[in-house]
Amino acid sequence: MSGGLGGFFAAFFTFIVSFFPRAVMQGIPLLAGSTGETITEKSGHLNLGIPGIMYVGGISGVIGAFFYENSLHGAEPNNFLILFIPFMACLLGSLLMGLIYSLLTVTFRANQNVAGLALTTFGVGFGNFFGGSLIKLVDTEIPSIALSLTSSHFRQSLPFAEKLGWFGKMFLSYGFVAYLVIVLAFTAAFVIKRTRVGLNLRAVGENPATADAAGINVNCYKYIATALGSMIAGLGGLYYVMDYANGVWSNDAFGDRGWLAIALVIFTVWKPNVSVFASILFGGLYILNNYLPTGTNLAIKELYNMIPYVVTLIVLIISSMKKKRENQPPQSLGLPYFREDR
Amino acid sequence: MEYRVPAVRMQNISKTFGSIVANDHAELTVYRGEILALLGENGSGKTTLMNMLAGIYYPDEGQIFIDGEEAVIASPHDAYKYGIGMIHQHFKLVDVLSAAENVALGLKEKGRLNLKKVAERITELCDQYGFELDPWEKIYNMSVSEKQTVEIIKVLYRGADILILDEPTAVLTPQETEKLFTVLRNMRSDDKAIIIITHKMNEVEELSDRVAVLRKGAYVGDMLTKDTNAEEMSGMLVGHPVELSIERPDPVDPKPRIVVEGLTVRNEEGLLKLDDVSFTANTGEILGIAGISGSGQKELLEAIAGLQPVEKGSIRYIRDDGTEDELTLKDPLTIQKMGVSLSFVPEDRLGMGLVGSMDITENMMLRSYRRGNSLFLDQKNPHKLAAEVVKDLSVNTPNLETPVRRLSGGNVQKVLVGREIASAPTVLLTAYAVRGLDINSSYMIYELINRQKAAGVAVVYVGEDLDVLLELSDRILVLCDGRVSGILPGRGADKKEVGLMMTRIRKEAADEE
Repeated sequence: MSGGLGGFFAAFFTFIVSFFPRAVMQGIPLLAGSTGETITEKSGHLNLGIPGIMYVGGISGVIGAFFYENSLHGAEPNNFLILFIPFMACLLGSLLMGLIYSLLTVTFRANQNVAGLALTTFGVGFGNFFGGSLIKLVDTEIPSIALSLTSSHFRQSLPFAEKLGWFGKMFLSYGFVAYLVIVLAFTAAFVIKRTRVGLNLRAVGENPATADAAGINVNCYKYIATALGSMIAGLGGLYYVMDYANGVWSNDAFGDRGWLAIALVIFTVWKPNVSVFASILFGGLYILNNYLPTGTNLAIKELYNMIPYVVTLIVLIISSMKKKRENQPPQSLGLPYFREDR
Repeated sequence: MEYRVPAVRMQNISKTFGSIVANDHAELTVYRGEILALLGENGSGKTTLMNMLAGIYYPDEGQIFIDGEEAVIASPHDAYKYGIGMIHQHFKLVDVLSAAENVALGLKEKGRLNLKKVAERITELCDQYGFELDPWEKIYNMSVSEKQTVEIIKVLYRGADILILDEPTAVLTPQETEKLFTVLRNMRSDDKAIIIITHKMNEVEELSDRVAVLRKGAYVGDMLTKDTNAEEMSGMLVGHPVELSIERPDPVDPKPRIVVEGLTVRNEEGLLKLDDVSFTANTGEILGIAGISGSGQKELLEAIAGLQPVEKGSIRYIRDDGTEDELTLKDPLTIQKMGVSLSFVPEDRLGMGLVGSMDITENMMLRSYRRGNSLFLDQKNPHKLAAEVVKDLSVNTPNLETPVRRLSGGNVQKVLVGREIASAPTVLLTAYAVRGLDINSSYMIYELINRQKAAGVAVVYVGEDLDVLLELSDRILVLCDGRVSGILPGRGADKKEVGLMMTRIRKEAADEE
């Protein structure tokens, strides 16, 4: 009997060791998106353009990688440039998206929801257009582009990771972008909670008139928070293509991860450090349906896809019922600010 | 008298908002070691002028000199550089942060954020000037007076030696006001320049050294407080002599109109806001409600108006013919349909009373749009009413199409009161009807309320200025922590006694503990 139980635990352990890294890889894009969105929301801007920005971040990286790979003509790639070019292209693409959003909502004080949704529509269209163009250029039968060379560089993990068995597999098997995003999330949480800049940022999102009267440059904070948030979110798109999808870009494959990232912001009550763990949970829930016994009804699989959103709704209900002031969204979230308004 | 360099000299300052002229070549001078009272009616541009000194607005025209040197104050940050700090009427604090965090906000100090050091310095400042404050308390847990303390500490922490206070006493109890004045006097002895905006003449006389008057955005003049009196000052700010007394005609044939028995109300958080409150409001009589803010005044009026769920007790309306109607747990629409004409002037004018982004005519329509059977809205009558209200109550507005939120506080109140009175009510409920209003507008409101009383309306008047309450009311109900601590006749009531009753039950409860 005890042997049976031991066998069960062994099987369970093997399952966790294979499941956990997949959940992490699924979670990293969500973590990037939610960290970026949290920083932006702390400045009082609800950036619903995040799904579009992550999409543009992904395609920008793909464009950079595509042209670098094609310029090689079979020669050995430069180990630095093959990472640097897609990385910078991704940052640039998502930065531009962030700047469009800030220009509309900070400078012109446009409605944030409308601007954000428009940006998402634009970003997805932009991504699909250039994705489609690149696919045309390659002229293949399959409607996707495979950048396996770049991807293999992005996915490179520490050389000794494989020697460490299950530990290496669970914690050291990821590409550098994953660790960068996790470090960024912890850093963002620290900056928001503990530093002068973070205090000022929170004040801007809570009550911009107060921040202004205290001598804080409100618009400057809003611009930087949005731009920085967009770039971090864009990394999520890059990680998705290069690491998770093994460098294969196909239109619309990114799915609803952007929205899930926004849901994650609410789920973690605006705390990027909580998001590091919550993103793994969300990532796990996201791929849970792949672990259903084969032959399960498709409709039931779709129900499993809902779980992250249902969990978010429950958190939203609980946190608004508890009414703890610290766990509420920034008070001026979504409201434009103009000093001389009366 | 020896020549002193003024701490602040503002010259020829003009500022317009769209077509509204807020300041028209205004001037102001203040010296160190003095308290200057800045007077003016609502919309006379006091706050705008001070906002320009504090860097919130930038003047269209004119110059500002600080200690004799010309200064450019383009942002609040610039203002701090010149040692200018403003305590705004609507506190500029972040609710979810602690006092220390609010003080540290926007500071450009070197090094890491060290809240402990900030808290220590706050405690030092408190000791120096006689404040009491816990630096770690969150703002949303604080009383109004504590919040104000945080605001003052905030500017002192930045080393401000020119302080501007915009109606600091509007929300304080008499005791808190006294404390604030002591602190301000300490600052004056510390050679700081202090500008205080207020509408209360007794405070001007008690506290200030000099008075400056603005009228319609322009500078009228200044004088030493000891050489003038309330009548003269009011005359200066209105532009013609005014009578500063409130009439109190005897009630004519008072009959019970609203009978409240054992009213108990809990708010959304389940806190007891009204506990077994009973009283009668009579026709042709003003029932004043006194109490520290938050003692249940708001809930009481809202319960009668049908906006607040009642836990226990009853509210009955007695018609002229003696028949009774139950108002308990009826919503405002049902009450209106029962033919009970009840008018409510809420505390939150732009939140509950009017729609800020709509114009005066449209706000009049809020009361009348259900009338008539036509498919289309009747715009003509509300427009006529709007024009009447603007004319009768001399509302200062460029035209009837201006959104009401662009009007100054007093004018917003006039529009609201005008609309409520126009529906010929039998019951008039008012909450802080003159809050933030200048002398002239206040007296106009008192006059309007008195006219309603003369017309046989049962008036319930929630006020914060005890002097006015004692002068205006026929009877005074004193609330303390949601309980009635007594009902006194208005004539001959003693201010001290009422003040004590406002805090009495609370004290007893504290003694028992």
